[in-house]
Amino acid sequence: MDQNLLLTYLLLTPIIGSVLVLFFKQEQKQLIRWFGLAISLIAFVISLIIYFGFDQTNSQFQFIHQVTWIKSLNISYHVGVDGISLLLVLLTTFLTPLTLLSTWKAIEKNVKMFTFSMLFLEVGMLGVFISLDIFLFYIFWEAMLIPMYFIIGIWGGERKIYAAVKFFIFTMFGSLLMLVAIIWLAVYASSLLGHFTTNLIELYKVGPTIPHEIQSWMFGAFFLSFAIKVPLFPLHTWLPDAHVEAPTAGSVILAGVLLKMGTYGLIRFCLPLFPQSAVNFAPVISVLAVIGIIYGALVSMVQTDMKKLVAYSSVSHLGFVVLGIFAMTVESVQGAVIQMVNHGLSTGALFLLVGVLYERTHHREISFYGGIAKLVPLYSTVLMIAMLSSIGLPGLNGFIGEFLILIGSFKSAVLNSWWFTIFAASGVIFAAVYMLWMYQRVVFGEVKNEELKHELTDMNLREMIVIVPIFIFIIWIGVYPSTFLKLTEASTQSILQQVGSYTINLFK
Amino acid sequence: MPLNNYEYFLLMPQIIIGVGIVLSVLIEIYTKKSEQILPWFSIAIFFATAFYSVFNINQNFVLFGGMIEVGGKPAIFNFIFNIGAALVVLSSIDYLKKYGTYFGEYYILIQSSVLGMMVMSGAKDILMIFMGLELMSICFYVLAGINRKKFSANEASLKYFLLGAFTTGFIVYGIALIYGATGTTSIQNLVENFVGYSSNIIFILGMILFLIGFSFKIATVPFHMWVPDVYQGSATTVTSLMSTTGKAAAFSVLIIILSAVFSFNAPNVFSPYFATISALSMLFGSIVAISQNNLKRMLAYSSIAHAGYMAIGLAAGNIFSVAGIIFYLAAYAFMNIGAFTVISIVEGENDSRTDLNSFAGLNAKSPILAATMALFMFALAGIPPLAGFFGKYYVFIAAIQSKLTWLAILGVLSSVISVYFYIRVVVFMYFKDATEDFKINISPYSLIAVVITALLILVFGILPDTLMNVITSVLH
Repeated sequence: MDQNLLLTYLLLTPIIGSVLVLFFKQEQKQLIRWFGLAISLIAFVISLIIYFGFDQTNSQFQFIHQVTWIKSLNISYHVGVDGISLLLVLLTTFLTPLTLLSTWKAIEKNVKMFTFSMLFLEVGMLGVFISLDIFLFYIFWEAMLIPMYFIIGIWGGERKIYAAVKFFIFTMFGSLLMLVAIIWLAVYASSLLGHFTTNLIELYKVGPTIPHEIQSWMFGAFFLSFAIKVPLFPLHTWLPDAHVEAPTAGSVILAGVLLKMGTYGLIRFCLPLFPQSAVNFAPVISVLAVIGIIYGALVSMVQTDMKKLVAYSSVSHLGFVVLGIFAMTVESVQGAVIQMVNHGLSTGALFLLVGVLYERTHHREISFYGGIAKLVPLYSTVLMIAMLSSIGLPGLNGFIGEFLILIGSFKSAVLNSWWFTIFAASGVIFAAVYMLWMYQRVVFGEVKNEELKHELTDMNLREMIVIVPIFIFIIWIGVYPSTFLKLTEASTQSILQQVGSYTINLFK
Repeated sequence: MPLNNYEYFLLMPQIIIGVGIVLSVLIEIYTKKSEQILPWFSIAIFFATAFYSVFNINQNFVLFGGMIEVGGKPAIFNFIFNIGAALVVLSSIDYLKKYGTYFGEYYILIQSSVLGMMVMSGAKDILMIFMGLELMSICFYVLAGINRKKFSANEASLKYFLLGAFTTGFIVYGIALIYGATGTTSIQNLVENFVGYSSNIIFILGMILFLIGFSFKIATVPFHMWVPDVYQGSATTVTSLMSTTGKAAAFSVLIIILSAVFSFNAPNVFSPYFATISALSMLFGSIVAISQNNLKRMLAYSSIAHAGYMAIGLAAGNIFSVAGIIFYLAAYAFMNIGAFTVISIVEGENDSRTDLNSFAGLNAKSPILAATMALFMFALAGIPPLAGFFGKYYVFIAAIQSKLTWLAILGVLSSVISVYFYIRVVVFMYFKDATEDFKINISPYSLIAVVITALLILVFGILPDTLMNVITSVLH
């Protein structure tokens, strides 16, 4: 088997799967569920094969596969992974089967279309992470909107239409400006290289030579698109709506993978393509990131809806990631990548667990609950672990990411100030406040609602199968992060090298 | 220079259609079953013409003493016109029964209008342009009011006719001034001496009048007033013909008249004009479409916006933009014919059920109609990888190459606005439950037309080179 075709197989698996799903009958619900699960598990296995074949000491892109696609525009189907994208590919293929499994009871309406959408979404997400052609990246980036739009719109809550449309238009707004920037970049490259190109590896040499003022605009267009997706304060307003209205599976994928596409874009495109502008704007962006950390935490504190609380905590956590990226030290960027994975795992777990409660009682208000520790002890324990991981308790994954980001930003040559770290660190404390307070109100005390006694049952086997693998990684990253840090180290250094070679020395 | 007999051979596409029209008239007069025969006869004629044009695409000549061009660019346009018309005829077969009207003239008029378009796209003389334009337009005026018992159709027809006549005035006046300034109506002469003429104020005035006339025909702001009423009032199938092939024909003329700019790098003195109407159309069309509840009217405003996107290519004025416009026109033709055909299937008697509300819960009633309509909407909104996206992509590239980045940015901003009303249709079809209880009789012929257009959109979206290579090969 040709190694370099592995990524294409990975991409083809859910594509073929989603097409085959269409041939099932609407009534064969259970069969469709098993089929979707099987397809996503095959994709996971392929991504593991890629992981074991990956050379961690090599900072270059690996498993490269390039085929000319649109000759008239010199666009090719060009895929490959480095350490950073591989980690996110693994996150995607890991979360997708779990998410599918988690919906077996919750989704009864139109299972066929749901499975189709989920597999199609997986194609989009994987494509975003492995594309080495900006144009190809853009196609996946946009195409992935459609299944998510349907997932929120069809299986969502009361205000699903509002949330779905808002999600779609916000993202579209950013990405279309990015499209103009992509075209501009390709046209500029044709004046420099003599041919129109959207090949990322070639553009890495072109981007930094763009005249300063125009580069700022280009950076702005890319950044806006990614910042909306992240979402960075003050562009985050679509997120709580989308999260609250989306079905559990949608929230998990949204938080687990989709938001990472934004931060991944910052690392893959904004930094190396426009290094001068990235360094110039780093302090401003970091201020926004820190505001996001604190704002997200404070707003979480006053939420009455559990799902909304978790949604706003995402704004806070993603603020850390952005801060880590724009501090531009090896520690902070690696921390940011790990934090992306962490957030995917712990927030994904939290959304799953909120979903477990909601499936039983159809209530998400914190005030509805209270004292469930006596009724569902297993659930309460599981929720505790997920929550502590989200807070960043040492020994669990959240701590590693936040710690690395804080250290990195402390000694950052680009930011050159302690204040970012000091304010960001307060976010960790706030996180403990809103999470523990929520936990206390939901789990401890007297059983407030008689209804709960009838409706609430503890976690079943299927739900445990979903949650346990996530916990394994939560603990693994917390105890022995080197497995994951080693994977991203070479790639991170190479990106910072690229930025540093055009600006200031980033390695102190 | 080819021989005279050979010239007729090369003119075969136009001759096929011409003979077809005469035969259709005879069929209509002498057979009782013309209702069954004519549609299929028309489709056969259209396919024959389309494929004859494509297979002889490399036989690019100018015939009859510099009057008409065959092969090359006109061949591609002929393909778009004929395939478009064939799909429209296919979707008309059952629609006309429902619409409460059957006239043999319907098919004959469609054939005649296509002949007019073919004359326009191949014209090498301004008078040929005018002849083709009138042939097409007069057929459209009649087609718009084909159901003479219906008030809205009459209104549409009359409105179209009056404004069309007004437009013709502009065009004729423009032609007169151009002739006065240059002493000839030959396009070839115009191309060769374009730079010299550009300093002549009478010539510029004539050109501006001519361009304004065609700005009416392509439906750009501020010459768009007729569009919403005509598109809404006419029979849905007629609208789908007018809004796609008619627009393509008008664009083909604009490309011809400005060929000095596109192909010979003459300075694009009309760029500010096109940039203005393009910016206005994109924004106006997208913003006003938001508040429409009638799908046909919404698509009318969307058609104004799309004319704006295509006009970006005219403003950019380089060889790449011609390719972009042609690609866009082809993509737009199939997206729009598809969308209008779905509407024509759902539509009830007496213009009922063309509102958004009638589309609520369509997914439950007919998954295939909902899925294809969603595909058309996403394609019109420009979501990759569908054909509509590449249309926009190509004209945006042309704009940025010509340093019109601001126009490209306005283009994407209005695309964002337009996303709202396109996905609103999807919202109704998938996210809402049906409010009106009715059964849809899906006509198998119309469904075939829908499926074909959907497949074409997917193919041109995933493999845009299939079309783009043909276009660029004839432009160089």
